[in-house]
Amino acid sequence: MHRGWPVSEMAAHAAHPPGFAHQFETVEQQREAGTLGMWIFLATEILFFGGMFTSYIIYRALHLPSFVMGSHELIVKFGATNTAVLICSSLTMALSIRTAQTGGSKRKIIFWLILTMILGAAFLAIKLRYEWYRDYTEGLIPGVSWLPGGTHTPGVKMFMCFYFFMTGLHALHMVVGLGILTVLVLMTARNRFSSEYYAPLEISGLYWHFVDIVWIFLFPLLYLIGGRYPGS
Amino acid sequence: MSTATADLNPAPAEPAVNYLNNSYGIKSWLLTFDHKRIGLLYLASITVMFLVGGVAATLMRLHLVEPQGALFEPETYNKMFSTHGIIMVFFFLVPSIPATLGNFLIPLMIGARDVAFPKLNLMSWYIFITGASLALYGTISGGVDTGWTFYPPYSSLYSQTHVVPVAMGIFIAGFSSILTGLNFIVTIHKMRAPGMTWFRLPLFIWAMYATSLIFVLGTPVIAITLFLLALERLLHVGIFDPAVGGDPLLFQHLFWFYSHPAVYIMILPGMGVISELITAFSRKKIFGYSFVAFSSLSIAVISFIVWGHHMFVTGQSIYAGLVFSVLSFLVAIPSAVKVFNWTATLYRGSISYEAPMLYALGFIGLFTIGGLTGLFLASLATDVHLNGTYFIVAHFHYIMVGGAVMAYLGGIHFWWPKISGRLYPDMWARISAAIIFLGFNLTFFPQFMLGYLGMPRRYAVYPAEFQVLNVLSSAGASILGIGYIIPLIYLTWSMRYGPVAGPNPWKAKGLEWTTQSPPLPENFEEIPIVTEDAYNYPAIEPHEYPNAPGVARV
Repeated sequence: MHRGWPVSEMAAHAAHPPGFAHQFETVEQQREAGTLGMWIFLATEILFFGGMFTSYIIYRALHLPSFVMGSHELIVKFGATNTAVLICSSLTMALSIRTAQTGGSKRKIIFWLILTMILGAAFLAIKLRYEWYRDYTEGLIPGVSWLPGGTHTPGVKMFMCFYFFMTGLHALHMVVGLGILTVLVLMTARNRFSSEYYAPLEISGLYWHFVDIVWIFLFPLLYLIGGRYPGS
Repeated sequence: MSTATADLNPAPAEPAVNYLNNSYGIKSWLLTFDHKRIGLLYLASITVMFLVGGVAATLMRLHLVEPQGALFEPETYNKMFSTHGIIMVFFFLVPSIPATLGNFLIPLMIGARDVAFPKLNLMSWYIFITGASLALYGTISGGVDTGWTFYPPYSSLYSQTHVVPVAMGIFIAGFSSILTGLNFIVTIHKMRAPGMTWFRLPLFIWAMYATSLIFVLGTPVIAITLFLLALERLLHVGIFDPAVGGDPLLFQHLFWFYSHPAVYIMILPGMGVISELITAFSRKKIFGYSFVAFSSLSIAVISFIVWGHHMFVTGQSIYAGLVFSVLSFLVAIPSAVKVFNWTATLYRGSISYEAPMLYALGFIGLFTIGGLTGLFLASLATDVHLNGTYFIVAHFHYIMVGGAVMAYLGGIHFWWPKISGRLYPDMWARISAAIIFLGFNLTFFPQFMLGYLGMPRRYAVYPAEFQVLNVLSSAGASILGIGYIIPLIYLTWSMRYGPVAGPNPWKAKGLEWTTQSPPLPENFEEIPIVTEDAYNYPAIEPHEYPNAPGVARV
């Protein structure tokens, strides 16, 4: 098989789907490369969040009473709701991939993708309206609106810093995820996917699940541990 | 194959279509997805950064000619060495071989048309340029005086300088490294030509693979650390500031968790280059291929567990210090494996001394000195004496300049005929290699003595008794500077006026030499099929050794 020039000869490769890139020899190779690339990217992300988790855990050990006090400023019911919302969004994301894989109609794929987007947006809305906005009005955001009360030691301020860095970075990843989902909806609408070729869906799914898993770790670390309930 | 026509024709003609002439104009470069052009974009950008960092170094050495300082106020001197360190480490050495030679060579060496993600590759370059511009902006608008390590509280409480733009510049450039590493790992896993098994890969590829692992796993940690530092300054909150319960030592841990592996980001690609040069110019198979290959991987792995040796005297517990000391000694094993295997490769080889080989031999000697002095510093007791002195400065310059930069220049000289399609004047190249070797040793060997005698690093003034050695070092620096400028001139000259190189002027092995020079836009007319091991050099008599590289004497 001779392929000298990418653009002019691409037309001759009618057998390949539209997303096929010239540097690959087969569609399978392209799919494997994309998947491996995403896994490596996620490894990078783990180390990226890992630096922050490590710092959080070390400071938590150093300033335990302040961090417990800071944790009590957070409202568990909103964190718990958001956890449920995100887990559901992972399910709908998986269902969109499953639909493409089994040759489901493009309307069904788009339905599941849009539902995923709605759940992701709901997460961000709850976070913004009921948590960050409340923190703002109550003066709990260091450097932006910080109204130290009598019990607020420097350690509480540090806890709130980490809370905003970590949830903020996570929210940023959610926003990127919503952008990716928008692109996927457009691609689906243009008939780019079939039961043979749905690699972008699968790869984006990996990213979406990863962002969920980060939250699964953030929720207990920030909201739950630290003497809120008897016996813990 | 294009080589067939070249064999019939003793004076090779320039190929009609190649990656350099298939399109013209600034847009065709700034929007290219071709890994070879992207490699050249990096080459141009990091050369500019090298000159900026080099000017800062030259001014420092001029200042230190006199004990009371010849040029600057101490504050300016602090900014000068910080600029030198930051620019050279983050914007020259880290991207040097991977982003230029790695980008150019990896697809050619494994028999692929491009890297796995060409668009991502171009994006990496733009990210790098954004980060570099931000760091340069911070430098020009006032600079930083923190040293390249950004230790708090220098960088948090006591600094009135432009820490935020420079730190964010490094943060952004970090993503360029991450994406380049990701691209390389996927390319090496998934894009190899038929028959190119893991143990037929050139050792340069193994080295780039190990480097990419560090890029991907180390860089995010320094990214988040510098991000936290910048937030601390912007929002005036305490992350590393002890006044509000922060821990400066935590910054050092996080910083060195990346920055120690980063040392191996700088040296591993160089080791890969040396394996190629030593085999090509002794015309022998590498001695102990799999040992050299796995030593690259083990250096990458060990590099992640030795960071604590930077904190022996900064308040880390003595037991942690003991463990880190022992672990640091482990790095010597794979490093020594490489040095011994290169030397064993030289043994009974048909050695010739073209310019790239001079760089390679220089590398082996200087790297050995740099590596062995590292053991002094990995020992707890001697480190207490040597820490923070010029001994450290000399040690890491033997690795980073005597090692990484020598290998970088050797690699540029070796693959220049492939990159440009032209030969450079070999005699000038040999002369400049010799000048660089002499200038380097004159600059940095006196610094070993200065450090041992107790002269601390990062000081703008020093006692008069150290002046002789300082003057020697400054004299060496000016020789070294001349040595770097000569190649810049003749390599630029050769692009237009050099004789046409032909596909394989060194008669070297490797897929990159089987295609035309400069290569086709898609590298190969047909994807090659690999049937032999790397470095399968024929046993030939010395008189048969082709004098093709010699024709470069114009």
